[in-house]
Amino acid sequence: MELVCPAGNLPALQAAVDAGADAVYAGLRDQTNARAFPGLNFSDDELRQGIAYAHARQRKVYLALNTYPDSARLTQWHAAVDKAAALGCDAIIAAEMAVLDHAARHHSQLARHLSVQGSATTAPALRYMYERFGIARAVLPRVLSVQQVERLCENAPVPLEVFAFGSLCIMVEGRCQLSSYVTGVSPNRHGVCSPASFVRWEEHPDGRRSVRLNQVLIDRFDPSEPAGYPTVCKGRYAVGGEVFHALEEPTSLNTLELLPRLAQAGVAALKIEGRQRGTAYVASVTRTWRDAIDRYRTDPAHWQARPDWQRALARHAEGHQTTLGPYHRHWH
Amino acid sequence: MKLSLGPLQYFWPRERTLAFYREAAQWPLDIVYLGETVCSKRRELGTQDWLALAAELAESGKQIVLSSLALIEAESELSTLQRLVDQGQGWIEANDLSAVQLCRLRGVPFVAGPTLNVYNHRALAMLVEDGLRRWVPGVEQGKVLLRELRAAMQAEGRTMPELEVIAFGRLPLAYSARCFTARALDVAKDQCGFRCIAYPDGMPLASREGRPFLRINGIQIQGEEITDLGPELPALRELGVDVLRLYPQADGTAEAVAHFDLARRSPTPPPRIGTRNGYWHGEPGMPVEAP
Repeated sequence: MELVCPAGNLPALQAAVDAGADAVYAGLRDQTNARAFPGLNFSDDELRQGIAYAHARQRKVYLALNTYPDSARLTQWHAAVDKAAALGCDAIIAAEMAVLDHAARHHSQLARHLSVQGSATTAPALRYMYERFGIARAVLPRVLSVQQVERLCENAPVPLEVFAFGSLCIMVEGRCQLSSYVTGVSPNRHGVCSPASFVRWEEHPDGRRSVRLNQVLIDRFDPSEPAGYPTVCKGRYAVGGEVFHALEEPTSLNTLELLPRLAQAGVAALKIEGRQRGTAYVASVTRTWRDAIDRYRTDPAHWQARPDWQRALARHAEGHQTTLGPYHRHWH
Repeated sequence: MKLSLGPLQYFWPRERTLAFYREAAQWPLDIVYLGETVCSKRRELGTQDWLALAAELAESGKQIVLSSLALIEAESELSTLQRLVDQGQGWIEANDLSAVQLCRLRGVPFVAGPTLNVYNHRALAMLVEDGLRRWVPGVEQGKVLLRELRAAMQAEGRTMPELEVIAFGRLPLAYSARCFTARALDVAKDQCGFRCIAYPDGMPLASREGRPFLRINGIQIQGEEITDLGPELPALRELGVDVLRLYPQADGTAEAVAHFDLARRSPTPPPRIGTRNGYWHGEPGMPVEAP
């Protein structure tokens, strides 16, 4: 199984490669990718350097071009595809039909991976993308149980990549307008969920803190409570007279204990989420998964999820909590 | 301008659903979308019942379109989709790529539903090659984006398919593998007991300071506001919108249909009966006061 790791900038890319990533995914400094955060992502020159660094060590670089261009901005996405080909990226990760079509027509040698943002959850959906645009791989949305992933591995026309670790979107990726409903800025169109410019923290005299996204109160924290980055899906709300995390707690996905099952199912690649995270996260999480995959490869019969791996991953999880998420039926 | 009744997004008891559509057969609608789009466990009406209802309603002269599930995970859900595509009578509202693929293989005409993520003229043109006849843009696409898309289609000498815009109802915002109704009631999704049937307009979710915000509807999240594009009718006409979609709500759907029927035949725009849809104006979908 290939280990695919996030890189929000050049140091993170180098850290991922050094820690054992087989492939690194990155984005350009604009809205063509789903982590269009200020201060993040690559200039052309940085991307060129990153690709050289990875290729010198026989690793790959994938360019995330996984947002949805509207008609007026389509040429910008096409230009980004051209750039990926010119700079020698090993693949693009795209969701949108016109982006994939442009790549297939003009850069047939550039591998096309279907992004998680493409919301393809079934064999027919994957066959559509394969027959239409010749995708070479697909990243599955974080909605399927491990049994469903196993079944899909048997029926899919292309190798599959699944999320292994990181922040957990609980909505079908590419199908969530919660942040957009509140801010008018959308993950699909602008590459950002819960944009920082709309986040307002308020300190109260009694030490409590409130956080708003464009006026909507997302949560309120007691002085002793940890407060994570506010997204609509991880806030606390009143439903039926009770206040709780009505959609999801702040927690991260961690599938480490499923590694043997995913390997046996024939999953081609494991993806680590977190281009917005720092170099320390990338290095530590990559090293842990590298170790876990290598141990499995050398001795699958005796493989176990080691407690020190789990501790290392939990340290980097949202709210220091992890979950098997949708892979496990009980989560649903 | 045509009027359509969008698919029923909530889970109502069988008799209520059948009575609703029997009434709807008498309403001044041109198109009715039928079928379960949110949760395959909702079986007050099974596939056979929906098909029978489709046949019955077709006698009223309305176009009947069978809507597909927005999120397909299980083989059984794919089999249901295959049955809808194979029934051979009418169009399908394709709410995910599985439906597009099955329609394309069968040569069945389809409507691209609002969860299909069509954002530009090239994607739309490709779907037209696949059999798309009508397009319902996603909720976040307002007048400027639609105007630009239409212009781009014209510039490339392509014919726009029919354009259908959500004109009335709560906006579908997100879908998950998780059932939020079951979560709120602290029951497992596998043993949910179909409790969402007790919430014919979804379950209200408010911020901690009491501001109504979202509606929980099984695995779907909707905006709280019942949006209304009635007063924007002149702009919709100018943009060449062919169909106004009205979503069924627990109360007042008949009145909303009558309201829009009057409005489409009137030279002056109607008064607002719901909430202004910010998305249409390039703003957040929900009403947000200027800071």
